[in-house]
Amino acid sequence: MSQIEPRHQLNWDWRAAGNFIGGGSGSGLVILAALAAGTGAPYWPLGFAGAILVGVGLLCVWMEIGRPWRALHVFFHPQSSWMTREAFVSALLLPVTLLAALAAAPFVYLPAIAGGAISLAALLAVAYLYCQTRILFASKGIPAWRHARLRPVIILTGLAEGCGFLLIATALFGGAVVSPLILLFLLLLGRWLAWRRYLGALTAEGAPIKALAALNQATPMINGLGHYAAAILVALALVLAEFGPWIGALAGLAAIAGGWQLKFVVVARAAFNQGFALPLTPVRGVGAPGPGDKPGWSKGET
Amino acid sequence: MTRYVMVADLRRCVGCQTCTAACKHANATPPGVQWRQVLDMETGTYPQVQRTFVPVGCMHCAEPPCEDVCPSTATKIRADGIVEIDYDLCIGCGYCAVACPYQARHIVHKRDLAYEKKGAMQHEDARFDEKRMSVAMKCNFCQGRIDTAKETGQTPGVDPEVTPACVNSCIAGALKFGDRDDPDSNVSGLLAENQTFRMHEELGTDPGFYYIWDKKS
Repeated sequence: MSQIEPRHQLNWDWRAAGNFIGGGSGSGLVILAALAAGTGAPYWPLGFAGAILVGVGLLCVWMEIGRPWRALHVFFHPQSSWMTREAFVSALLLPVTLLAALAAAPFVYLPAIAGGAISLAALLAVAYLYCQTRILFASKGIPAWRHARLRPVIILTGLAEGCGFLLIATALFGGAVVSPLILLFLLLLGRWLAWRRYLGALTAEGAPIKALAALNQATPMINGLGHYAAAILVALALVLAEFGPWIGALAGLAAIAGGWQLKFVVVARAAFNQGFALPLTPVRGVGAPGPGDKPGWSKGET
Repeated sequence: MTRYVMVADLRRCVGCQTCTAACKHANATPPGVQWRQVLDMETGTYPQVQRTFVPVGCMHCAEPPCEDVCPSTATKIRADGIVEIDYDLCIGCGYCAVACPYQARHIVHKRDLAYEKKGAMQHEDARFDEKRMSVAMKCNFCQGRIDTAKETGQTPGVDPEVTPACVNSCIAGALKFGDRDDPDSNVSGLLAENQTFRMHEELGTDPGFYYIWDKKS
């Protein structure tokens, strides 16, 4: 039955996961940096870091495509391809974010430009993160990706990772600690709930058994490091105010590590395809059709 | 309108894989890549066990997810329902391959031969196409033959010269090809007389590949 059961797809590997990791973290950071800029936190290192992360993600994709020197063809199908839309957004997001970071940097400082560019970069980052969720959702051949409940997971983990980077930057460059800590806690809670709902829905509705196994096997680590340890560190950072920035940075690191593992597992480990199924077997001669089969799939509860 | 579809009579298919071999010969697909393959599915539990042979490949969907996601417009759906790939436009991103629920798409990055030590076979040399390297490829219903029919006035699915290789080769007459929108075509007759299903219809792809499982009562 090996040719019939869902098989692990081999077209998108760690490089595709790298795009979701870098792109999610980077866009999350650009959004959070814009929010933090309103409280006086330095935008320029965060903006540069966000753009670099998005750029590294795009570099990963470029390394994956079979004909890299035709990469500009990616812009040809905005009518329906979320990959094209992501490319268009990235073509704006990267220069606008770099411009915002440059305009906000003390060695250039152009406040008239910085304010608008920071806001525009944040809006583009929201669009970029949304495109990433839709890229997975449109992958009809991969049951673990096409589930609608994966979309909030991808958005929330991008924001949580961005908040994690913000806390690291706060420890390094200074700035308000309490509000990012509280925000990170809320984002972690949201991600934990979204992940739980996603796994629950896949289990209830039926999914490739091996995809469920990959997700379930990774969940203790994702939760242990990315949710529970990160949340405990957030609480510690709030209680031990003297060491707050550094413990907050550790909480951010844990949130980032959990988020990156989550995306790596979803994209590179749980990517089992649909497989083949028979709704019923043919009637040869006389009689009734035999029962069908969908090998390699969990039955589900519904 | 024209909508070319394939019909596989599961009652007739004996799993001989002649269609697979014919496709490999006609299209010189590299080792491990089969645009047409026949699945051997065992169902039921002892003693009520059945074995069914199921030909699969690109389903030439009317709502193809591969066409939707393709960022380069390399994948297109033709007016006659055939989903084709423009190898000059494709960037080999693999998005179509993860969007296809039928495992129909393949990307090969280097030329593999069936017998490396002996060198290329005649058909491998004759049909090797550098353009197919590192881009998506799949069954195209032997579209070159279909296009020839427009010039010669022949009928795909009836005249062997303009019929897909797999259909021509089927020893059991299990595979049929034709225009579903022509009420007088061979496939329209089969669909009218028999009960059919399509693979993963629930995904809303409107596949152009029908499986006959019984006659209509």
